[in-house]
Amino acid sequence: MLQNLEQKKSFLISRKKYPKLIAAGMSNFFSKAEVTSSGRPVLLHNEVECHLLSAVDLEPEDHRHFSLLKSGLLILTTHRLIWLPSYSASTPTSASAIPLAAISHIFSSKKSLKSVFHSPRIRFQVLVSSDGRVFDPSSGSGSSSGSGSRSVVVTAVIRGKGDCDGFLVKFWDSWRARAWETTKTSSSGSGSASGSGAATGIGGGLYSSDGSVRMVGVAGILRKEQEMWESTDKSLQDAFQDLNALMSKAKEMVMLAEKMRQKLLSGTSSQTSGTNDEDMGSKEEMQDWLLSVGIISPVTKESAGALYHQQLSRQLADFVRIPLERAGGMINLIDAYCLFNRARGTELISPDDMLQACSLWEKFDVPVMLRKFDSGVMVIQNKSHSDEEVFARIKSLVTKPEALRTGISPTDAAMTLGIAPAMAKEHLLTAESKGLLCRDISPDGFRFYINLFPEIDPCNMYLVKVPWKLLF
Amino acid sequence: MQKLGDFKLPHFFNYPPYFTLQPVRETREKQIQLWKELILDYCRTQKIFVIRLEEEFPLFSNSVIERTLSHEAREAFLSALVAEGRAEWLDKGRRNCLILWHRIQEWADIIVNFVKDNGFEDSVMTVEEIRLGIESRGTELQGIDRTILVRALKLLEHKGKLAIFKGTSTDDEGVKFSV
Repeated sequence: MLQNLEQKKSFLISRKKYPKLIAAGMSNFFSKAEVTSSGRPVLLHNEVECHLLSAVDLEPEDHRHFSLLKSGLLILTTHRLIWLPSYSASTPTSASAIPLAAISHIFSSKKSLKSVFHSPRIRFQVLVSSDGRVFDPSSGSGSSSGSGSRSVVVTAVIRGKGDCDGFLVKFWDSWRARAWETTKTSSSGSGSASGSGAATGIGGGLYSSDGSVRMVGVAGILRKEQEMWESTDKSLQDAFQDLNALMSKAKEMVMLAEKMRQKLLSGTSSQTSGTNDEDMGSKEEMQDWLLSVGIISPVTKESAGALYHQQLSRQLADFVRIPLERAGGMINLIDAYCLFNRARGTELISPDDMLQACSLWEKFDVPVMLRKFDSGVMVIQNKSHSDEEVFARIKSLVTKPEALRTGISPTDAAMTLGIAPAMAKEHLLTAESKGLLCRDISPDGFRFYINLFPEIDPCNMYLVKVPWKLLF
Repeated sequence: MQKLGDFKLPHFFNYPPYFTLQPVRETREKQIQLWKELILDYCRTQKIFVIRLEEEFPLFSNSVIERTLSHEAREAFLSALVAEGRAEWLDKGRRNCLILWHRIQEWADIIVNFVKDNGFEDSVMTVEEIRLGIESRGTELQGIDRTILVRALKLLEHKGKLAIFKGTSTDDEGVKFSV
């Protein structure tokens, strides 16, 4: 604090005595900022003003060589911090600027007891070049990590009534946005979409991407709308170009697949015995590949034996063994399909594949077979499964005293035979068609009795044979 | 033994499948055969000449086993009778069936015997008299269905055994025998 007072004293004195010297000293630290005749700063290309604070002192920490700038207008732009002397100052002090590119760090505001009574301060670190002045990246190679080796802390003391926190936020934003870099790339390119897109992206929608002075009011809004339209249009064009590229590729793929199909078709139709094994092998490979991609090869249907289906068929025969045992020797095709797919987990097979695989069993030596009942129900059963044996079991069931009087239902048969009710019904229907059973349909349901019709002599209807006695 | 009135029912009347139309061909054929005989027997003993399908027919239900023949089954059995010549459909809708437990020819023979037995060789009788007259009491002709009787008479007329003529009143016809 004391230092401050002393500084102020010396400054005031020196200012009065040696205004020119002071002016020279001050301008030596900061970069010069051009000013119009009416005192407005001349903005660079694409530079846009963001925030204003009045009555700001800029104090570089090294006070020995450089003096502070007092009570001026601090303007934050996308590219620089511009300090304009207050118009009321009697001494025309030249405007100064710090390029944002030269700033290496912005300190966050520390709220302490001290700061309550003090004027708010914004502190930031500035890279200085070898001569001690603010590093000016525009004069150098363009990279901020160039010749600026030392850094000096500069404090902006805000004595006015401006929104200090808001300014700090915008300061951060602008500094991070690095608008000065993208300006370079977009100016070098011919307005490519990425450039302008990036600019708007980095700008975070805060600034319009053209370099003219920001307009306020309705005109500004309209301009913003216009720019949004233009950028959308551009990005759409690019997207559609990609889409066109994709479509042309897809077309190529389809043509390729067609060519392969033709080749396969021509291969099998030409029944040349001279086809060597290699050809057949590669053709099979191609078939498999097509199948795996999902294209149904026309050859498969004719040849009925693509490798895929063969392997699937064998796999299915192995798998279905255990469910068959559990189901008592016969299992509904639909049930088998569900079980098989669940066991597979991924790479599920379609019902068509299932049917194909089952019909291929005829060609192999597997212990299972596909069987279709008259009712249309399809089942998988063991080859060793004998209908006669099932009929014998049914007969013994249906001639039990209770069954003679009331018959059996498919559920009863299912329980006795140890198979699913649907399967049991199929067995009962088959037994009926063989003349072993006859049916009884009533409000009680669908039941089966042992077929006693053959026992009845139509010429002697009242003759009662043994089985009938059991009915009463 | 179960009875339906005074009619003795066969044992298989209590066999539930008997009341379900069997789909298997062989079994069905047997079933139809049994029903045909049963129907004819029953109608003969009960002197039933017409079966109306939409009405209740005692033979078609068995309350003991709680089974009833479906309409489809009834039609199937009666159609079998018609095919055999033992019945006739009285209407196109197949709702009424004339049961011929005696064929028409048999009825004709019965009439001839009746005429001979009673010495009516040259007499004249009305149709109603043949049906309900004192002479026919106790014979098979008693209560014969009029349609059947007329058919039999017509058959005999065709053979020249009698002549049918319209009577004085419009609702009765007369027969002059010349057996």
